[in-house]
Parts: sequence; structure tokens; C-alpha cells
Amino acid sequence: MAFVDSEVSGGTQADQDALSVKIVVAGGFGVGKTTFVGAVSEIEPLRTEALMTEASTSVDDLSMLPDKRTTTVAMDFGRITLADDLVLYLFGTPGQNRFWFMWDDITRGAIGAVVLVDTRRLADCFGAIDYVEQRGIPFVVALNAFNGIQEHDVEDVRDALQVGPEVPFVVTDARDRESVKVVLVTLVEHAMSLIQQT
Amino acid sequence: MAAPDGRRVRPYLATRGRTRPVQDIAIEALVSTTKDGRTNGSDPEPERERILRLCHSPRSVAEVAAIVSMPLGVARVLVADLETEGLVRVADPHAAFAGSEEPARNLSVLERVRDGLRRL
Ligand SMILES: Nc1nc2c(ncn2[C@@H]2O[C@H](COP(=O)(O)OP(=O)(O)OP(=O)(O)O)[C@@H](O)[C@H]2O)c(=O)[nH]1
Ligand SMILES: [Mg+2]
Repeated sequence: MAFVDSEVSGGTQADQDALSVKIVVAGGFGVGKTTFVGAVSEIEPLRTEALMTEASTSVDDLSMLPDKRTTTVAMDFGRITLADDLVLYLFGTPGQNRFWFMWDDITRGAIGAVVLVDTRRLADCFGAIDYVEQRGIPFVVALNAFNGIQEHDVEDVRDALQVGPEVPFVVTDARDRESVKVVLVTLVEHAMSLIQQT
Repeated sequence: MAAPDGRRVRPYLATRGRTRPVQDIAIEALVSTTKDGRTNGSDPEPERERILRLCHSPRSVAEVAAIVSMPLGVARVLVADLETEGLVRVADPHAAFAGSEEPARNLSVLERVRDGLRRL
């Protein structure tokens, strides 16, 4: 595997393709996912749509949709060029959590997920947490500080969400680039520690 | 949509010679126009032409879909066709690591991501 070898030895063949990796930004409707992506992305967050009918077999509540032929599901994403040969994409999940087929596409091969939480609406993130837990996707919980949550409230939120002590919790402001960077670094380090444990 | 010889073509349904299911192309896979794709003259299909121009600098499949304004599934099919014809290269991170660990589970990759984020 030429790429892996040169990656390990730090090779710089000119014609080599860059490696792209991704992190998922999940959470309930209006919790700040697009804001979070936009705070660190080098491009304005872009929007991609998938047609509902593309994956209709994996969606069980199609009949509840007003028009199955035209329904699209959107996700926002941003890009960060980390090096000449390394690009990180941040994908925000669709705001409506029931479009799970899109999540499969977004999360496959991801480094991990940031689950954004608005502490005034805790239940909105249950679906996202269930999803990443069930699939063993490394994740951190980022409490978006809309109303100035304090660090000492964090353990109460952990209890309320019933998330184990091994999962990092951080307070963030999705509008603030430095704050978002801290969340992303925390996630990558968490993913690394999970590998080192096995 | 008509081909140069006037024959009607169905742009989104071509499947010739494809080596893997289209849905398997990762949304973050990087598409870049090959030398052939650059020198081939303009493509009769506007969407294909736009992809070939866009990917002179590598772009993910998701970016292709967003910028060319087409659903992800359509972008995947067009990119797969262009790849089959040798007009673009698709650097799929999962394919690159096939048989070994995924890049997202490779410690040296994760270290580079972490360090890159810290440097931002
Ligand atoms: N005060 C405050 N407002 C925020 C913060 N993050 C986001 N907002 C605001 O909250 C609103 C929703 O943010 P979005 O980033 O659009 O949320 P989203 O999760 O992408 O929303 P959907 O895609 O519709 O689910 C916007 O008006 C943001 O400006 C934050 O950390 N603090
Ligand atoms: Mg959004």
C-alpha cells in the first residue's frame, strides 16, 4: 500500500493524492451545528442534498412525508486544509434526526462525532447520542453555552444524558473559533486514546 | 440530452466498467481531474464539464455536489463515470487503507490531524 508506507515515512511524492478525513457535528435542530462548522471552516459552509428516494428502503416512515418524490435532506459541511496532503471535512448532520440513512453516509469512516447540546433542550440530542453509542463512534459532548452554562453544571448534564465517565464533556461557544478548535482537539485525542486502549 | 453524434444519452444511468458500487464512494473522497481530463476538450454534458473544471484542484464528492448543485447520489454517479473514463482520479480514504486500518483509526493520521488543528 504505497500511500500508507509513504505516510509513515513522511514521504512527499509530488503526484500523491492528499488524504481526506472527516469529523461529524451532530445534535438537535438549531443547536448550532452550522455555526460550529463555520467557525473553523476555511470556506463558507456548503450545503449538500440527498434525495429521500435514494435511500427509501432504509427509511421506515416515508409514508408520513408529504411528498416522497421531492423530499431532500440537507447537510452542511466545511473544510480545513491541515497540510498539503491532509484535508479535514466537518459534516453537520441534518437537523431532523430521523433521516438516519444520511447519517450512515456521513459517519462511515469518520474520526468521530461532536454531539452539540443545548442544555435548555437536552432531549433533542438523545437521538444523536444513541446513534453514535450504538455504532461505537468515538464522540465528545459539547455543551453550547447559549445561556452561560458553568463548568460545575457539566456533571449534572452527564447524569441527565446517562453518558459514561469516559466520554469527554466540554463547554463551548460555537461562534468562537478557538473554542471550537478545543472541542475538535479533544475529540481527536479521545479517538486516539480509544485506539491506544485496544 | 444529446451526445455529439445526436444519439440520446442518459447521463445518470451509465454503469459501464464500474469497479465498485457508486454508493461506496465516500462523501469526503477527493476528486481531481487527470491530465486526460484537462486536455480532453470540453465535455458535451455541462455537469460533467463543470466537475472537470472544478476538480483541477482536488475537491470532495460532497463539494462537487454542493458547488455543481446536484444531489449527492447524482454527483457520485457522474464522478464514478468520469473515473471509469480516466478523466478524474478519486482518492477514497477508505480504499487507500483497504486491508489495513481505516485512516480514522490510524494513530499517525490522528496525530497529524490533532497537530494541524492546534496550529490553526
Ligand atoms: N448565543 C449563542 N447563539 C448561538 C450559538 N451557536 C449558534 N447560535 C445561534 O443559534 C442559531 C442556530 O444556529 P445554527 O448553527 O444554524 O444551528 P444548526 O444546528 O445548524 O440548525 P439546523 O441545521 O437548523 O438544525 C443561530 O441563530 C446562531 O447564530 C452560541 O454558541 N451562542
Ligand atoms: Mg444547520
